[in-house]
Amino acid sequence: METNLALLLLLSPFAGFLFNIFLGKKVNKGISGAIGTLTVLISFLLSVYFFTSFNPSTKPIEINLFDWISVHNFKLSFGLLLDQLSLLWLLFVTGIGSLIHLYSISYMHDDDNMHKFFAYLNLFVFFMITLVIGSNLLVMFIGWEGVGLCSYLLIGFWYKNHSYNDAAKKAFIMNRIGDLGFLIGIFILGSMFSTLDFVGMKQALTAGNSDTSLLSLAALCLFIGACGKSAQLPLYTWLPDAMAGPTPVSALIHAATMVTAGIFMITRMNFLFDLTPDVQNIIAVVGAATALVAASIGLLQNDIKKVLAYSTVSQLGLMFLALGLGAYNVAVFHVITHAFFKACLFLGSGSVIHALHGEQDMRKMGGLRKAMPITFWTMMISTLAIAGIFPFAGFWSKDEILMVAFDHNKTLWMVASIASIMTAFYMFRLMYLTFFKDFRGSEKQKSHLHESPYLITIPLVILAILAFIGGGINLPGSNWLNHFLEPILSGKHEEHALGSHEYILMGVALTGAIIGIVLAYLKYIKQAVVPQEDSEITGISNTIYNKYYVDEFYTFLIVRPINSLSNFFRTTLEPSLGKVIFSFGLITNKVGKQGKKLQTGSIGLYMFAFVIGIVVIISYLFIAQ
Amino acid sequence: MDVTTILFILLFGSLFTYISGDKLASKVAFAFGLLALGTTLYTISLYVQGVNVSHMSNWISFPKVSLAFEGDGLSLAMVLLTTAITPLIIFSSFGNNFKSSKNIYTLMLFMAFAMTGTFLAADGLLYYVFWELALIPIYFIALLWGNGDDEKRKKAVVKFFIYTLGGSLFMLIGFAYLYTKANSFLLTDLYQLNLSNTEQFYIFFAFFLAYAIKIPIIPFHTWQAKVYQKAPTVGTMLLSGVMLKMGLYSLIRWQIPIAPHAAKTYMPILIGLSIAGVIYGSIVAIRQKDLKKLLAYSSLAHVGLIAAGCYTLTIDGLSGAVYQMIAHGFVIVGLFFTAEIIFRRFETYSINEMGGIREQTPKFSSLFMILVLAAVALPGTFNFVGEFTVLYSLNQINIWFSVLGGLTIILGAYYMLKMFQNTMLGETNSKIFKDVTANEFITLAVIIVFLLFFGLFPKPLVDLVTPSLNHILEVTNR
Repeated sequence: METNLALLLLLSPFAGFLFNIFLGKKVNKGISGAIGTLTVLISFLLSVYFFTSFNPSTKPIEINLFDWISVHNFKLSFGLLLDQLSLLWLLFVTGIGSLIHLYSISYMHDDDNMHKFFAYLNLFVFFMITLVIGSNLLVMFIGWEGVGLCSYLLIGFWYKNHSYNDAAKKAFIMNRIGDLGFLIGIFILGSMFSTLDFVGMKQALTAGNSDTSLLSLAALCLFIGACGKSAQLPLYTWLPDAMAGPTPVSALIHAATMVTAGIFMITRMNFLFDLTPDVQNIIAVVGAATALVAASIGLLQNDIKKVLAYSTVSQLGLMFLALGLGAYNVAVFHVITHAFFKACLFLGSGSVIHALHGEQDMRKMGGLRKAMPITFWTMMISTLAIAGIFPFAGFWSKDEILMVAFDHNKTLWMVASIASIMTAFYMFRLMYLTFFKDFRGSEKQKSHLHESPYLITIPLVILAILAFIGGGINLPGSNWLNHFLEPILSGKHEEHALGSHEYILMGVALTGAIIGIVLAYLKYIKQAVVPQEDSEITGISNTIYNKYYVDEFYTFLIVRPINSLSNFFRTTLEPSLGKVIFSFGLITNKVGKQGKKLQTGSIGLYMFAFVIGIVVIISYLFIAQ
Repeated sequence: MDVTTILFILLFGSLFTYISGDKLASKVAFAFGLLALGTTLYTISLYVQGVNVSHMSNWISFPKVSLAFEGDGLSLAMVLLTTAITPLIIFSSFGNNFKSSKNIYTLMLFMAFAMTGTFLAADGLLYYVFWELALIPIYFIALLWGNGDDEKRKKAVVKFFIYTLGGSLFMLIGFAYLYTKANSFLLTDLYQLNLSNTEQFYIFFAFFLAYAIKIPIIPFHTWQAKVYQKAPTVGTMLLSGVMLKMGLYSLIRWQIPIAPHAAKTYMPILIGLSIAGVIYGSIVAIRQKDLKKLLAYSSLAHVGLIAAGCYTLTIDGLSGAVYQMIAHGFVIVGLFFTAEIIFRRFETYSINEMGGIREQTPKFSSLFMILVLAAVALPGTFNFVGEFTVLYSLNQINIWFSVLGGLTIILGAYYMLKMFQNTMLGETNSKIFKDVTANEFITLAVIIVFLLFFGLFPKPLVDLVTPSLNHILEVTNR
C-alpha cells in the first residue's frame, strides 16, 4: 500500500508530463493546464498524507523498487526513502508547485506552446521528487541532473531568442561543472563505504575509522556540486541569466525549489559534513561571501526579476552560512520560509510584468499600487518577510541564522548582517519604484493597467499568508521544526532559549532592517530618485551594475581561451598532425592511383565475383572439414 | 545450433541481396538483418541457459588454423550490437535512393558478416581475416556512395584504407610471432603463453598500432573526421556505430590478456593517452562548422573514455567500457541519422546554414534533443550507466583520471548543446523543413527507447557480460 502510494506520488507528475507532451497539443489549453496542475496536486495530497501519517518513533519508510547500477564492490538499487527531511521537502515542493502550476494556467494562456510548458514543468516536479526521495546518492543524482535539464528547457522556453538559449546553455554547463564535483564525491564515498545509501553511509560513518582526509575531499566535492545547483560563488552567474525563462519558472525552479537542492543534499549528508570541520568552514565563508556579493549587486539592478534573482543568490548564501556552521535545521527553516516569500515575490513580479505586457524595467514602472492592490499587498507582505521585519516569516528564520553566526564568528555575523541590511534596502527600493509615485510607462500601458485574474491572485494570496505566518513552524520556545528534524541530524543542534542575549540580537537585526528600509524610503520616496539610464551610470556603481564584470572575467579567462584553442586545433594542429602521422605519403599516392583504376572498372561485376568467391570458399571449408 | 548460424545468415543475406536486384535489395537486406538479430537473441537465450554456443573445427592444417568461434557474454553482446544496428541502419536508409542499390546493401550485410566474425573469432588468424575483411566493404561504400568532391573523397578514403591496413600489418606480424611460440593461433593457447616482458612489450604495441588506428586513439585519429564526413551516412553509421568497437573489443579480448604484463606496466600512459583524446576531441568539436565532423570528434572523445576504461584492467572499467560501447553505438548512429535527416532537406552538413528548424518540426526537435541528452550521458540513459561505471573505475586508479576524464561531462554538454542550439533553435529558418517521415521517426524512436530502457534496467546486459569479463581478468592476472 505504502509502496503504491509512494509510486503514485512520484509518477503522477510524470503522467502529467506524458499527457502534455503527447496529447497536449490536441486538447485545449485549459485542459492541458488543468491536467498539469492536478497531477502535481495529487502528489501534494499524497505528501500531506504521508506527512500526517508519519510516525517519528518508528523507522522511516524505505522502498526498493529495482536493481539499477552495480559496480564490483556494491549494488545500487532504485530506492525511495521517506523520512523527516524528504517529507518536509516534498510538502513545500509539491505545495508551491501546485500553486505555481495553477498560476501558470492564466499566465501562459496566450503562449502557443502552453502544453509544452506544462509538460516541462511537470517533468521538473517529477525529477524534483526523485531528487528528494531517492534513498541513495545516485538516485538523488538522477533527480539532480533531471531538474537541471528541465531548468535548461524552461529557461530556453522561448527558443527563438538566442540570448535566452545562451542563458539556458550557460545554466546547464555551469551546473555540470558542479555535477562533476558531485560525481567525484560519489566515487570517493562509494569506494570508501561500498554503499551510497544514506542509511548505510551514516551507519558506516558512525562506526568510525574513516580516513578523514578522504572524507574531507568527498565533502568538498559534494559541496562543489551544491555550489553549482544552488548558485554559490564562484558558480552563481547562471542564476541571474536564468531569469530569461517565463516568470513562473523563476518562481518555482530558480527561487523556491531547485536551487535549494544543494542545501537539501548537504543536510542529507550532515553526518559526513559534521566530521569535516575544515570543509564546513569553507561552506560558511563561501555562503557569507555569496550573500554579501549578491546583495550588493542587487542594490543597483533595474530589472525587477534581476533584483529578485540576486536576492535569491544572496539568501541562498545565508542558508549555506548556516549549513557551514552546522545549523542544518536553521538552514532548512530558512529554505522553507524563503520558498514562501520568494515564490510570492516572483509571482507578484510576474503579475506586474503581465499587466505591463512584458515590461521588466522598474524605471518604467511606478504607481501600480492603486491599479493592482492584491499584487501590491501580497508583495508587500513578502517584502516585509524577506527584509526580516517582526513578525513575518523571514524575521524568524533569518534571525536564527544571524544568532548562530554571532555565536560562532563575529565577522561572519557582521557580513550576514550587512547583507541583510542591503536586502531590506533593495527590496524596498523595488517596492517603491514599482508601486509608489507616478507611473512612468507609456500612455498605452497606463490605460490598460489592471489587476491580474484570480488564477494569478489566489496563489499570491496563499503564499502571502504563508509568508506571514510561516515562521510559526519554528518559533523560539516551541521549535517544532528542530524537534521534528532531530532524528536525522546526528550532531548537536542549535536551539535558542530566549534570553537577554537573544533579545538584543533580534533588536539589532530588526534595527538593521529598518535602517535599510528608511534609506530606501529617503532616496526613492522623499527624493523621488529614479535610477539613471544605463549610459549615465559611472564609477563604482557602474562596476556593481555590471555585476563586477564577473561574467566578462569568466569569458576572458575560460570561454574565450577554450574557443581559441578549439580553433587552433581545428585549423592548424589537426591538418599538420595528419601530415606528420601519415608520413607514408609515397605509399598513399601509389595506392591512390590503384584506387582510381578500381573505380573505372565495372563495380557490379567485381562485387559479384567478390561475394561469390567468399561464399564458395567458406561454404567449401565448412562442408569439407 | 551455434554462433556460426548468425554468420551464415549474414553471408547468405548479402548474396541474396545481390541476387534480388536493385528494387528489392533494401527490403531483402533488412529481412536478413532482422533474421540475424532474431538469431542472435535466440543464441543469447541459449547461452544464458548454459548451452555451449561456441564452434570449433579445423580449417588449415599448416599453419594450424582453426574455425574457432567463441560465443561468450562479451562476444555475444558485441554481436548483438552489430546485428541490432545493421538492420536499423538499413531501415533508416529506406529514404535514400542509392544508385545501384543492390551493391551497397550487399556490402552492408557483408560488412556486418565480417564484423560479427571479428567479434566471434577465437583463432588469431581467423580473427585477422575477418578484421581485414570488414575493411573492404566500408572502403567501397565510402568511395562509391560518398558525398562531396570526388577527388577529395577518394584521397580521404584511400588514406583511411592504407592507414588501417598498415596498422593491422603490425598485428599480423604479432600473430606470426605468437605462432612461433605457441604453435597455434587459438586464443586459449595464446592465453597460456608465458611471454617475457620484452616479448610482451613488442606484441602489445604491435597490436596497439592496429587498434589505436581503428578506435581511434589520438594521435592516430587523423583519418577519422574526413572519412566520417565524406562517407554516405549509412557508412558513417556503420563505422562509428560498430566498426570502431572492433578495436575496443580487441583490446579486451586480445591485446590485454595476451600481454598482461605490458598492459599493467604501461597502464598510466595508456589511460593518460586515452583521456587526452577525450579532452582533445571535445575541444576540437566545440568550433566545428560541419555537423558530421563535429559528431566525428564527439565520437573521438567518447571512445577515448571507453579505451581508458579498458586499460584500467578492472572489472568496472571493462564492463563500463562494454556498456558504453553499446550505448555509444546506438546514440552515435542516431545522431548521424539526424544529420542525414537534415541533409535530406537542406542538402548541407554546414551548421551555419541550419538553425530555426525546431519551429517547423517540434517532433524531430524533441527526438534530436533526447539523443543529445543521451550523448551527454544524462542519468536515465544507458550512456550514463556506461560513463558512470568507467569514471568510477578511473577514480579507483587515480582521482585525477576521473577528474580529467570527467571533463567530458562539462565539455560534452558545451559542444552538444551549442550544436543543438545552432542547428535547431533561433528564428524560423527561411528554408522549408518537411516534417520527419514515419521511417525516420521510427528509426530514432527505436534508438531512444533502447537507450532509455537500458538506462533504467541495464541488468540483463550486466549479467550477460560480467562473467566473461571476469574470466578475461583472471587470465590477465594469471
